[in-house]
Amino acid sequence: MSEHEYVPKSKAAKWFNDRLPLLTLGAHLTDYPTPKNLNYWWTFGGILTFCLITQIVTGIVLAMHYVAHADLAFASVEHIMRDVNYGWLIRYIHSNGASMFFLAVYIHIFRSLFYGSYKSPREVIWIIGLMIYLLMMAAAFMGYVLPWGQMSFWGATVITNLFSAIPLVGDSITTWLWGAYSVDNPTLNRFFSLHYLIPFLILGLVVLHIWALHVPGNNNPVGIDIKKPSKDTVPFHPYITIKDAFALLVFMIIFAGFVFFTPNVLGHSDNYIPANPLVTPAHIVPEWYLLPFYAILRSVPDKLGGVILMFSAIFILFVLPWLDTSKVRSAVFRPIYRQFFWILVIDVLMLGYVGAMPAEGIYLVLARVGTIYYFLHFIVVMPVVGYLEKTDPIPMSISEPVLTGGAEPSLARKVNDKV
Amino acid sequence: MSKEEKKVNRRDFLFTASYTVGAVGVGAVIWPMIDQMNPDKAQQALATTEVDISNIEPGKSITVLWRGKPVFLKRRTSEEIAEARAVKLDDLPDPQKDEDRVKEGKDEWLVMLGVCTHLGCVPLKDKGDFNGWFCPCHGSHYDVSGRIRKGPAPTNMEIPKFEFVDSNTIKIG
Repeated sequence: MSEHEYVPKSKAAKWFNDRLPLLTLGAHLTDYPTPKNLNYWWTFGGILTFCLITQIVTGIVLAMHYVAHADLAFASVEHIMRDVNYGWLIRYIHSNGASMFFLAVYIHIFRSLFYGSYKSPREVIWIIGLMIYLLMMAAAFMGYVLPWGQMSFWGATVITNLFSAIPLVGDSITTWLWGAYSVDNPTLNRFFSLHYLIPFLILGLVVLHIWALHVPGNNNPVGIDIKKPSKDTVPFHPYITIKDAFALLVFMIIFAGFVFFTPNVLGHSDNYIPANPLVTPAHIVPEWYLLPFYAILRSVPDKLGGVILMFSAIFILFVLPWLDTSKVRSAVFRPIYRQFFWILVIDVLMLGYVGAMPAEGIYLVLARVGTIYYFLHFIVVMPVVGYLEKTDPIPMSISEPVLTGGAEPSLARKVNDKV
Repeated sequence: MSKEEKKVNRRDFLFTASYTVGAVGVGAVIWPMIDQMNPDKAQQALATTEVDISNIEPGKSITVLWRGKPVFLKRRTSEEIAEARAVKLDDLPDPQKDEDRVKEGKDEWLVMLGVCTHLGCVPLKDKGDFNGWFCPCHGSHYDVSGRIRKGPAPTNMEIPKFEFVDSNTIKIG
């Protein structure tokens, strides 16, 4: 945090700022001292903000043409695609935007895992981020239901039926969620209402996420605490804004590639068949970003067990800051943990792959192995490796590795020093 | 602290009374907000469906929609009934006699919700390892009585409330 007092130049600005210190806030955001060694993995916060705003703007526009009724929803989506001026473009941005949003958030989460950004003193940032992630999944699921195609209908049926696994009250909860005795018009109507609400809840949490970030300041690839401001930091503007802007442009090129060249590649063709409560499609698969959790659900041959394990896979992340016992944040200086990190990445990708395949034969075996490793990684590997690992020497400051081209052993801290 | 302050005084009473009335008030407002999401009168009004079964041949089945869910009506052959009754209860994950799944004297009519008890998909007929139904979503096998035999589904397919209005009509619900 910059400590200097901001004084507006003009009298009018000073008058206003004394009553509502918005200009002080602006000055704080501009001058915000940021570690000078942030790499491109740190640009995804800005990219995610862009994704959220894109979804809100395109979503508000789509809601002007969409009709949330079981008899009309499918036709109204086709109306958007064929009749509404640029409706095809806006809908394709919105539907592919959801995928791009998740792509960015997964990179953002794994960046945090690699560089230990969830560790003290940033636990609250991490937990708010996970709440945002949970809300994103809820919003994406409900949004997928709105076109009222076959995948919409049966995806909604399968996901809402997860709650029927709860002992005693499960069926009442499911009926309550539906507002009917099956997924029906009341379900569609309330999903539309909630789908419109959730992005604004996310926006509120994003403000808290950034606020909590600005208390300790950014973590950085070296993972050490730094003095702010100092020769280890640069002002957020223009140094970080320009870097974020460049990364965002590259991201937008990929985004546009999907929107203009393969707008349906991430969707499922069955969703262009209107919902039919009498026929279940042969292969129900969720959207790609939920596949790892779907694989975990299907790896358990028991209904309640599968549901519990799937939710645990998400909620275990909330206690991650306390499962990781290492004093060193960044995996750059953790030779053992670094390898387990990449095993986890491969494990999650594999779970995603088998989640898209039929739950039988080798896929079922892989799903079970993947599920077991996923939980072992957090429950066993993280606490144990944190204790036993001999970490590499940590630099005294960011400037040393940057300016001298490598840490001098004599300048390095001892492993167990406080970082 | 003096002795008087430790005693329950008028202020403590006012606090407790205020919190209590406040909690009741909040509850009275929250409950309607929650209960409005339960099935409304229009949904409840769809609670019964009458089905004409006069032209279903033995061994055939039809599917009708009741409360937005598919209901299978199967007219079973005597071999199928015998097969269902030959199964030992010990072999069933959710033990239930076939006799308890049909109306007495109308043994050929199996009327059940065509909804997989795992996650709600519609099972396919004449498929699976037990000559009954097979759910394509997550691989549950049901027998000719609609009982779960293999796979992740926890219970047999549900038998809804139904009655024979006359020999050719079934009322579901």
